[in-house]
Amino acid sequence: MDYSQFLHIRSEISLIAVIMSLLLFDLLAGARMRKYFQPLACLLMLLQIGINLTPGRSAYLFGGMYVHTPMMTAVKNILTVGTLITFLQANTWLKREDTVFKQGEFYVLTLSTLLGMYFMISAGNFMLFFIGLETASVPMACLVAFDKYRHHSAEAGAKYILTAMFSSGLLLYGLSLIYGSTGTLYFEDLPDKITGSPLQIMAFAFFFAGMAFKISLVPFHLWTADVYQGAPTQVTGYLSVVSKGSAVFALMTVLIKVFAPMISQWQHTIYWIVIATITIANLFALRQQNLKRFLAFSSISQAGYLMLGVIGGSAAGMTALVYYVLVYMAANLAAFGVISIIEQKSGKIETADYNGLYRTNPRLAFILTLALFSLAGIPPFAGFFSKFFIFMAAFQSGFHVLVFIALINTVISLYYYLLIVKAMYINPNETPIAPFKSDGYTLISLVLCTGGIVAIGIVSAIYQSIHALGYGL
Amino acid sequence: MKFTIFILLLPAFSFLLLALAGKRMKPAVAGGIGTAVSGIVTVLSCMTAFLYFGAPRLQDGTHAVLIPYNATWLPFTETLHIDMGILLDPISVMMLIVISTVSLMVHIYSFGYMKGEKGFQRYYAFLSLFTMSMLGLVVATNIFQMYAFWELVGVSSYLLIGFYYTRPAAIAASKKAFIVTRFADLGFLIGILVYGYYAGTYSFRPDMVALMSGGVAMLPLALGLMFVGGAGKSAMFPLHIWLPDAMEGPTPVSALIHAATMVVAGVYLVARMFPLYIGFAPGVLEAIGWTGAFTSLFAAVIACVQTDIKRVLAFSTISQIGFMITSLGVCTSLDPQQGGLGYMASMFHLFTHAMFKALLFLGAGSIIHAVHSNEMSKMGGLHKYMPVTHIVFLIACLSIAGIPVFSGFFSKDEILTACFGYSPLMGWFMTGVAAITAFYMFRLYFQIFWGRNPRYDHTPHESPATMTFPLVFLAAATCMAGFIPFGDFISSNGTAYHIHIDKITAAASIAAALMAIGLAALKYARTGPILPCGDDLPDSARGLFPALHKAASHRFYIDEIYQFITHKIIFACISRPIAWIDRHIVDGFFNALGWTALITGEEIRPMQSGHIQQYAIWFLGGALAITVLLLLI
Repeated sequence: MDYSQFLHIRSEISLIAVIMSLLLFDLLAGARMRKYFQPLACLLMLLQIGINLTPGRSAYLFGGMYVHTPMMTAVKNILTVGTLITFLQANTWLKREDTVFKQGEFYVLTLSTLLGMYFMISAGNFMLFFIGLETASVPMACLVAFDKYRHHSAEAGAKYILTAMFSSGLLLYGLSLIYGSTGTLYFEDLPDKITGSPLQIMAFAFFFAGMAFKISLVPFHLWTADVYQGAPTQVTGYLSVVSKGSAVFALMTVLIKVFAPMISQWQHTIYWIVIATITIANLFALRQQNLKRFLAFSSISQAGYLMLGVIGGSAAGMTALVYYVLVYMAANLAAFGVISIIEQKSGKIETADYNGLYRTNPRLAFILTLALFSLAGIPPFAGFFSKFFIFMAAFQSGFHVLVFIALINTVISLYYYLLIVKAMYINPNETPIAPFKSDGYTLISLVLCTGGIVAIGIVSAIYQSIHALGYGL
Repeated sequence: MKFTIFILLLPAFSFLLLALAGKRMKPAVAGGIGTAVSGIVTVLSCMTAFLYFGAPRLQDGTHAVLIPYNATWLPFTETLHIDMGILLDPISVMMLIVISTVSLMVHIYSFGYMKGEKGFQRYYAFLSLFTMSMLGLVVATNIFQMYAFWELVGVSSYLLIGFYYTRPAAIAASKKAFIVTRFADLGFLIGILVYGYYAGTYSFRPDMVALMSGGVAMLPLALGLMFVGGAGKSAMFPLHIWLPDAMEGPTPVSALIHAATMVVAGVYLVARMFPLYIGFAPGVLEAIGWTGAFTSLFAAVIACVQTDIKRVLAFSTISQIGFMITSLGVCTSLDPQQGGLGYMASMFHLFTHAMFKALLFLGAGSIIHAVHSNEMSKMGGLHKYMPVTHIVFLIACLSIAGIPVFSGFFSKDEILTACFGYSPLMGWFMTGVAAITAFYMFRLYFQIFWGRNPRYDHTPHESPATMTFPLVFLAAATCMAGFIPFGDFISSNGTAYHIHIDKITAAASIAAALMAIGLAALKYARTGPILPCGDDLPDSARGLFPALHKAASHRFYIDEIYQFITHKIIFACISRPIAWIDRHIVDGFFNALGWTALITGEEIRPMQSGHIQQYAIWFLGGALAITVLLLLI
């Protein structure tokens, strides 16, 4: 066996090392050392990003089981940065009395899901793909139920694990049909044997349904609002950005690599699902009063836009998709960061509670405004550029009507994003949320996100460097 | 011409400075910085114009198109890339002058008008932002850069309309303006996508060879969609509804953004793409012309019955932009001697209109400053108290009514000549609208400065020098701008065109204007007892056309129609039932289950609620639906 192959999976190996060190620290560190837990975790994450900064060369490893491409490294790095920001934002929450003793579990569980996503992205075989997917979802259920003594969190955890199990079951059934009809699970061998027979169509539908659950596309989105609302806010942020981003990218690679012969079929499916997702999510988002629920529906509609990058199956689409994930991460994590710190400090989460926030916490209100503007796609914020590129990609693939419908939906979404802005700046309130000082970690994460919202769009080098990484299969 | 970059950089710098450090400055310092920057920009713009038009013409008699800066910003393919740069050609240089001059006047005027307002520094920061984005828009080297600044202009307009953010009406207006124009920009963006895709470039002058091989057939669609964006910004029917409400912003802002500069962006867009419209989409251009003509009549009729001084001016702006758009629409060729006159006329009117309409708004601001009300019924007999404002306002009214020697006469005459050249119907139509214009402007003038004299709470007085200076300056510009040999600088194909007045057209329009002014004088210049508020229109007009009058004073119910569509149809028929189903059927069902479960115990409620089964059924149903869908196609 050629052991040099292991050099190519350095991102996974280094992540496992990070997980192990944190696990050991959790076990061995004395009571006085424990206050360094968070700095250590963040530092190790930085190290992880540093190790994987160079994209490396494309490689097929272990007989095609594992695939490595520069684009995948870029995606993994984006996900890692998202995780780091989540860690930073978790500061106040993890210092709470009922969580401080188990903060080690938070890091290890989160990183385990990240490891699963790594494997899912790099898989060259459905077996490894499924293992990665499950590694990414089972610890996620624990994270959702992290505040297990709080009713909402426990309920959300139960809902998540049950629906995830069901969707995994569907997906696995789809995979078994693929294996049954082709006799292989290797991505390399499959395209030749995919013919679009009814059995394979069913296999595709079940596989797609399983992935659509992860991405929360309509009608597989039903769990989203309940789980997002119940889960601890940091976990919700992580779920909405990192988990979703990895699943969309993995889905796109599989569609292009494995289901290439069925391209017209899956384009057709995605076409209708995108319309349903964006429209229904927007209509629901209009009426939400709870901000986490609101962001849940907002993230469902954003998932619809993400699928616009997938639908063309083109290189431009892939670039636009990765760029969109990056931009979406900055904006959404900024929004969740603000909401979570306010929830921790004041316990308030309804839109009405945010009335008059500008008077008492102008900086937080400003950051949330920027984040919402970016999510709505208003220039010159990054969200506009990411939407432009993804529309451009779909347009070039010939989906003119779809782009038009999506554009109309962006205008509708502007309305509800502005509602929040209006609440913060204009609506009067006798008892606005009292002024408070955020902790340093949250502050750093918010500055990072704000920088991202402002700069990612304007600095064209970012788009170009993603573009240069090429197709990334 | 390398220095032109500072025209953009200086306002950007001033915006950043005032936005970041404004709060720590004294208001006067912040205003001083903004005004000084604006002054330097005006000087630079004049220098640009002087050097540009002073330079010798090319051999074919046109002015050279200069691109002092151009940097590729986002490349897609070899030919398709987004650039950022500065483009100087006759119309962009003309726009530089208009924007920087009006902006400077507004900067100075605001010293007096906004004195003591909360957020004075913020106000100047936004003014700088607006100036920068508007200048960036006109010097854009490609359609995408134009779009980027276009949106930025929209954002700064949103911020400035909502400046009095404690007033609900201002907030509602800013939101309305933002959403309506964003909706129109949607068309613009799709137009850009189509254009980029089929023409293979974002530049204004696509490579003809590439275009011929690509999609000439799609160009009309792209250009039509772009005009939708332009119609939104320029408040063309039926997207005009935001402009009257935008008058909630401070009056100098109305003068700068909603009269002189931003609202003509749509006109500028059509002028910028003019060779393409003429060459590939003459049908679209014709439709644009009729849209403009209809809008100008529509808005003029509404302006006759408004009672709020700023709203009269707002509808008058819509109507005048309609003139400019019509004038572009009636062009049939690139040659100014044969059917291309409208292009020059439109740009000329844009230029003169910017001056006299800014003057009207600033004059209105001066009046509002003195009597503390926007309602015309609260005004009257002001010529005694405000002599300077009175004289300049009269000059502006004469100009917009098209009375000779004032600038509006010259530009409007060119427009009417162009319209007559297109078809006599269009010519008479627009002459009629011009007559209505004269009527409502003098209705305004007589009611404010003559007419009944209401009891003022305290005697109105003339405004301070910071406010009267811009008025006098703009009045002087209004008196003289008509004598500029405008055709020498700008024409549809770039060669010099010598303006000559068409005597018959001029005579007809002057006669119509004078009759309209006489009618207005007869009806509104009387002095007499104070009538109850709002009952300012003589019964004769109401008696003659009761339905028309009622409809016009409700602005032809357009707002109600929008309200109906958004609230009654979208919200009530789609959103609300879905939300209702969500809340009552889905939630209600599970709540009911939860209630029964409560009896057995709170702890197991989530497990028994039935959510998960329901979700699982949806998942399975979804997967099966996909299968069925794929099997059927």
